[in-house]
Amino acid sequence: MERLNVTRRNFLKVSSLLGGGMLIGFPMVSKSEAASNAVFSPNAYLKIGADNTFTLIAPNPEIGQGVKTSLPMIMAEELDLDWKKVKVEQAGFDPELYGRQVAGGSGSVRSRWQEARTAGATARALLVAAAAKTWGVDVTECHTEAGFVHHKKSGKKLSYGELAETAATMPIPENVPLKDPKDFKIIGTRVKNIDNDNILTGKPLFGIDTKRPGMYYAVVARPPAFGKKLKSFDDTESLKMQGVHKVVKWENIVAVLANSTWNAKKGRDALKLEWEDDSPLESTADHEKILKSFLDKRSDSPARNDGDALKFLENGGEIVEGTYEAPILPHATLEPMNFFADVREGKAELYGPTQTPASTRGQVSKALDIPEENVTVGLSRMGGGFGRRLMADYSLEAAMISAAAKAPVLMVWMREDDMQAGFYRPMGKYKYRATLNDKKELEAWHLTAAGLNNQRTSIPNSFPAGAVSNFRIDNHNKESNISTAPWRAPNHNFIAFAEQSFLDEIAHKAGKDPIQLQLELLAKAKNNPGGKVDYDIDRYENVIKELAKLSGWKNNNGANGIYQGFAAHYSFSTYVAQVAEVSIKDGKPKVHKVYCVVDCGQVVNLSGAENQIEGGIVDALGHALYGEITFDKGVVQQNNFNRYKLMQLQDAPMEIITRFVRNEHDPTGLGEPGFPPAHPAVCNALFAATGKRIRKLPISHTDFKA
Amino acid sequence: MAKYTIEVNGKSREVDVAPDTPLLWVLRDELNLVGTKYGCGVAQCGACTIHLDGEAVRSCVLPISSIANKKVITIEGLSENGDHPVQKAWDEVDVAQCGYCQAGQVMAAAALLKKNPNPSDEEIASSMTNICRCGTYVRIRQAVHMAAEKGGTLWKG
Ligand code: FES
Ligand code: FES
Repeated sequence: MERLNVTRRNFLKVSSLLGGGMLIGFPMVSKSEAASNAVFSPNAYLKIGADNTFTLIAPNPEIGQGVKTSLPMIMAEELDLDWKKVKVEQAGFDPELYGRQVAGGSGSVRSRWQEARTAGATARALLVAAAAKTWGVDVTECHTEAGFVHHKKSGKKLSYGELAETAATMPIPENVPLKDPKDFKIIGTRVKNIDNDNILTGKPLFGIDTKRPGMYYAVVARPPAFGKKLKSFDDTESLKMQGVHKVVKWENIVAVLANSTWNAKKGRDALKLEWEDDSPLESTADHEKILKSFLDKRSDSPARNDGDALKFLENGGEIVEGTYEAPILPHATLEPMNFFADVREGKAELYGPTQTPASTRGQVSKALDIPEENVTVGLSRMGGGFGRRLMADYSLEAAMISAAAKAPVLMVWMREDDMQAGFYRPMGKYKYRATLNDKKELEAWHLTAAGLNNQRTSIPNSFPAGAVSNFRIDNHNKESNISTAPWRAPNHNFIAFAEQSFLDEIAHKAGKDPIQLQLELLAKAKNNPGGKVDYDIDRYENVIKELAKLSGWKNNNGANGIYQGFAAHYSFSTYVAQVAEVSIKDGKPKVHKVYCVVDCGQVVNLSGAENQIEGGIVDALGHALYGEITFDKGVVQQNNFNRYKLMQLQDAPMEIITRFVRNEHDPTGLGEPGFPPAHPAVCNALFAATGKRIRKLPISHTDFKA
Repeated sequence: MAKYTIEVNGKSREVDVAPDTPLLWVLRDELNLVGTKYGCGVAQCGACTIHLDGEAVRSCVLPISSIANKKVITIEGLSENGDHPVQKAWDEVDVAQCGYCQAGQVMAAAALLKKNPNPSDEEIASSMTNICRCGTYVRIRQAVHMAAEKGGTLWKG
């Protein structure tokens, strides 16, 4: 049986399971979607078996950000489940059931928090009602604990499993109360990654691990440079090779299908390919020149213009100036792009790593002219995302290859393909000029920002916007045929480095303590704002103050040759402040320790949250030290990890000390906000240690021996 | 094609592949042992780390023709029930983020501890060179120390 109860505020679907038990569809639609959709859709499912098994469905794609663990934790909390008995299943793509299934913008927990709680609480209320009915008592006399409903007076108890069938027949309550966060037993605790066992014993979890009957492996030849397209190809040699099944072409790619990845790769390498120029072949050196040429230009419509910064800068006073530069970066997820596709008889079955299954389905449906309902997308665990898998280029490619070959294929990119056919973090250059008044206070601030494929080159309301009365930003953009895309903490990953390094410069110029300077600016933004601010000033201030205490902030005291640097940044609604401790040994920078204070509202999984912050810091440090991609006539110069250096354990800090501010705000982003402040915290510490200001990343450009 | 008989996780396995096929792809595509991962194919990332006669090696650059009668152990065969001290420590410390590199990390750590049951931070840094793109290094270091402590005499065996 199945009942639907649709009201404006609540949509819940309760069904009986075969052999007893109940299945509940949760109203897990985010508020914004709810407002824009006339019809509510239930969104994730909980299954309670008559045998007292609990299966929670994780609706969002898992890229290592931990949502396969944390979203089910939220439901389990309100439901009062015994976490040890919970099983989690990954949902496939089904937006009608599960709403917005995206891993991006640090938004999974943020967007589902209220709905997941309400869903859990509603299910719990049904179980309590079922128990009360069974015992003939009032619901107020019942309480729940770890998968059981108890009746205190009589000492009776029934398991959720025993109650499930009756619960499925109870009227669905509205406006169920949520738990007081003080009573949380699961949320806020340390819960291990739900897939640990599978990961640590090598079970097939990732897209690249897919095996299907009759499947071929496909390795693809694609343009060797941005700006080239396929002219002709000859597959005679490839087809003679061992294990090679077929060669197919789609647009500018040629795919070789074989009985193993290796044979497909060898077949691909044996193709004779001719390419021709299609658009200009661009080089990093040209981009450098063009972006530099923007830095002294005003734009007709500044991105922000409070007061009159240009006037103050013309009139002189004490001027501080600095130009900050950051290179192109690849996502370089450790699991390269891959996807399984089986396109046959007007249907497409896809499975693999994607942060946005919706765009895969949309694009495949359009390209193959198959209605969306005939395109299924299964979600594998992903070996990293970082924004790369928001793009659907590779899943579409797999589908087109399967369609052309009329066979199921697992398309796997070799690392070299992955590095050349990337969607990179755009390059950027920021020129700052600021003036100080007699009291050494910031009077005017002018940023000229230039970026590659980056229309939103800067973020106009980012700190210290609002804290400086004369504040102007000019943006310039250069379009390039080198494809770019969001990259962990898009824009923020560079802005924080530039902004927080420049504020450190100003502090030193003004003879002020860097933390003190930023607290002064926040006080100014509060009492005498110079314009709009997006951040909550008190929460911003609080993480900085807490960090100063936690780190025993001293800046450049150099005890044992160790120096501190500070930075803070607000992104994805989360406040993060960090102090890095560094030293220089044999001309090489070493980061010893990083202190970090985070205000992300309610922490859901303490272990996962710390892991995200630690990962964000280490990721940032690695890219700050080494990360740089360059192009020569459209060809990537670093096409594998022997030329593109990713950090290893030896460069990681010995310790990262993270504290989360305790409050009862709803959870905010966590996958990205740990990253942005780490670049400037490290660079500011290196300045304290050496007097060298790092204005160009990666740090490896700076010679600390000189 | 050529026939090879190799010993993987204590079992003798026969495969028919080209002699230059790296062990990595033999394990993954022929023997369905997909725990060993592909990351770079040029011996840089360590995602493909396995044990060859007890030594941690990168299987992406190891042609099948070079294996002969050396014993291959993969993550699937490191322990019967996933309870090798390194696996246990990795779970306890909750190291993994995306998890893709971790099988290789575990294999590298298990081989390290077998040789050096109580490595210092410096020794861990110099022998654990596998890449973790998610940046779990601080936890990896903790987990190696924990496995060293809890593994006790196991390392001698
Ligand atoms: S795949 Fe073997 S070291 Fe990277
Ligand atoms: S956990 Fe993702 S690469 Fe290591």
